[in-house]
Amino acid sequence: MSAQDTPLPPSYLVDTGSRKGLLAWLTSTDHKRIGLLYLASMLTFFFVAVGIGLVMRLVQLTAFSHLITAETYNALFTVHGVIMVFLFVVPGLPAVFGNFFLPILIGAKDVAFPRLNLASWYFYMAGATVVITALFTGHGAPDTGWTFYVPFSLHTGTNVSLAVFGAFLLGFSSMLTGINFITTIHRLRAPGMHWFRMPLFCWATYSTAWIQLLATPILAITLVLVILERVFGIGIFDPTKGGDPLLYEHLFWIYSHPAVYIMILPAMGAITEILPTFAQRPIFGYKAIAFSSMAIAGVGSLVWAHHMFTSGLSQFAVMTFSLLTMIVAVPSAIKVFNWVSTLYKGSIDFQPPLLFALTFIFLFCIGGLTGVMLGALAVNVHVHDTYFVVGHFHYVMFGGTGMAFFAALLYWFPKMFGKMYSKKAIYASWFPIFIGFNMLYFTMLVLGVMGMPRRYFHHLPRFDTGHDIATVGSWILVLGLVMFFGALVHALFKGEKAEDNPWGGVTLEWTIPSPPPQENFQEIPTITTEAYHFPQEEIG
Amino acid sequence: MSEPNHAHADHRDDFGARLGMWLFLVTEMVLFGGLFIAYSYMRSTYPADFHHAGTELNATLGVTNTLVLLTSSLTVALSIVAIQRGDRLKSMAFLSASLALGVTFLVIKATEWATKFHHGLYPNAPHLATLPHGEQVFFGLYFTMTGLHGLHVIIGLGVLSYMLVQVARGRICQDRYVQLENAGLYWHLVDVIWIFLLPLFYLAA
Repeated sequence: MSAQDTPLPPSYLVDTGSRKGLLAWLTSTDHKRIGLLYLASMLTFFFVAVGIGLVMRLVQLTAFSHLITAETYNALFTVHGVIMVFLFVVPGLPAVFGNFFLPILIGAKDVAFPRLNLASWYFYMAGATVVITALFTGHGAPDTGWTFYVPFSLHTGTNVSLAVFGAFLLGFSSMLTGINFITTIHRLRAPGMHWFRMPLFCWATYSTAWIQLLATPILAITLVLVILERVFGIGIFDPTKGGDPLLYEHLFWIYSHPAVYIMILPAMGAITEILPTFAQRPIFGYKAIAFSSMAIAGVGSLVWAHHMFTSGLSQFAVMTFSLLTMIVAVPSAIKVFNWVSTLYKGSIDFQPPLLFALTFIFLFCIGGLTGVMLGALAVNVHVHDTYFVVGHFHYVMFGGTGMAFFAALLYWFPKMFGKMYSKKAIYASWFPIFIGFNMLYFTMLVLGVMGMPRRYFHHLPRFDTGHDIATVGSWILVLGLVMFFGALVHALFKGEKAEDNPWGGVTLEWTIPSPPPQENFQEIPTITTEAYHFPQEEIG
Repeated sequence: MSEPNHAHADHRDDFGARLGMWLFLVTEMVLFGGLFIAYSYMRSTYPADFHHAGTELNATLGVTNTLVLLTSSLTVALSIVAIQRGDRLKSMAFLSASLALGVTFLVIKATEWATKFHHGLYPNAPHLATLPHGEQVFFGLYFTMTGLHGLHVIIGLGVLSYMLVQVARGRICQDRYVQLENAGLYWHLVDVIWIFLLPLFYLAA
């Protein structure tokens, strides 16, 4: 069988099995299809939570504050947080782009356990369904905030148990994905794909998978304890029975702080793929980036109590955790340094993915630096539980992970769907996204320093101006999001056919057709070069 | 019956399967790890109460159950050895022994729980509420940890029963037994966790 005559296998988007249409998708173990299942479900939840956020901002305008009650507001910020954190940002990049591209980037035909992979998606959907059911059944949607702090979460009459069980299922999905990715990277690298020849997105996914594995079970057991406490009254967190609410805070943050790195590490990995392609240069400091991912995973697991500086820990504990928090900023800064150095003297091709990648770096720096401020004890006590925390968190999670998600989507969209979007429409959407984002969240930072507490339905008149600016910002931001996704949906149906390698990338996904064929590679490639080996580098 | 267009159907990776199982066991250990953290914190807060509450537990039954579970682990290991030697019937016999021992464990556990309920030593019981805080927490942890462990035993029994069927059908055989090995690993984990629970509760007095 000569190579020339071999017809290309059909694209993964074509049904070739006995099942057709939706059923073929819902039973597929192809990692690419599972990636798209996640993408579709995740973006749906994302827009639901964006809508909720929009309402939360709207009622902060004094003229509209009568639209909902304070209790509804409590439910809204809880639901917004739970959906965004557990349904979008935590699974975000690993489940979509990790699933789709991790096997391709290491030259494999699929993940190590394809059926487990599909099962993870079903766990995800089951968790999502339970969480959403919790909103409409029982005695109202949970009103605890996404952190489910005891003792309030033990005594509130709202539907906390069900929501917490949903989060438990989502954690299970996340853990199984982690197991799958670690095994995939250990076992399925193509011949010659040494550890230090892997694209850095794989390193980021690998570090993330370890956090998913080591941190998520702690959340799982903590949530189980909340349910047992509510149903049977076991008393471990209940002070009236000798339990300790502070223990809950510790256990919750032992997971939930590392979870922040589950959210950001794959985002950093995606940015690390995008920059070399559009600078046509190998990444600066490959090993520094690879090891900083592992360092973030390691140190990031030891900083959880910086969420609890005002909870009454010992002076020694708060100082230790403050110091560790400062230290975890170092590997993140190493990455930023390497990204910027990669651009230096590169032949920069300013395409939409690069625009969003640079936006990521800018917004992430603000998020990171405000994080260092929060890690400092004196500042933390002043701005604890204010809008400053909300602003910081959104700069990191939305400005960081969200923008990286958009950048990765723009970068890989032509490969995933074989269609190219209108670049002009994307550029146009960037302006409202960027302007709206900063109006909304930078104002929150300022409001926080002024003393506006988070999660309050009513605010003092002196915060009116700030809230007005933030609310208008939220409208501009949503307008940008609609334009952005409008352009992508349009491209999906009416876009031009994309080339196999529209950006001049050199990693393995650009060597195969767009959209990729089933099983990705006709023949497993043999790797002979480093990950970012651009041809002109040889000449220079 | 063949699996339709499955990329890896004929690419077996036993090492990968075992690696995946070990990673899963890590998550199980961390799951219980959270409870061990809670236990050690509470015990350091209420050392005297824990000591006193521990006297309520029947150490003889606890040690008996340990022996039952350890023996069941041995028989699982023996069933793997048997299948490696191609002795299907012996493998099935050892697996059945493990199942019987697992059920025995649960029966003993159930009688213990029943005694505690009878004495009013369960969460939200009026009698327990009159006891010192530390004892309330002790029994909260006791029921949570042995309950979660019991749940794992039940799941393990389900897995082992499935293995028995697979061996009987010849799906697990002399040169294809990684499933059984993984099931065995899970059962050993359930065993190991119990070995920690025994001193923490039954020998706390």
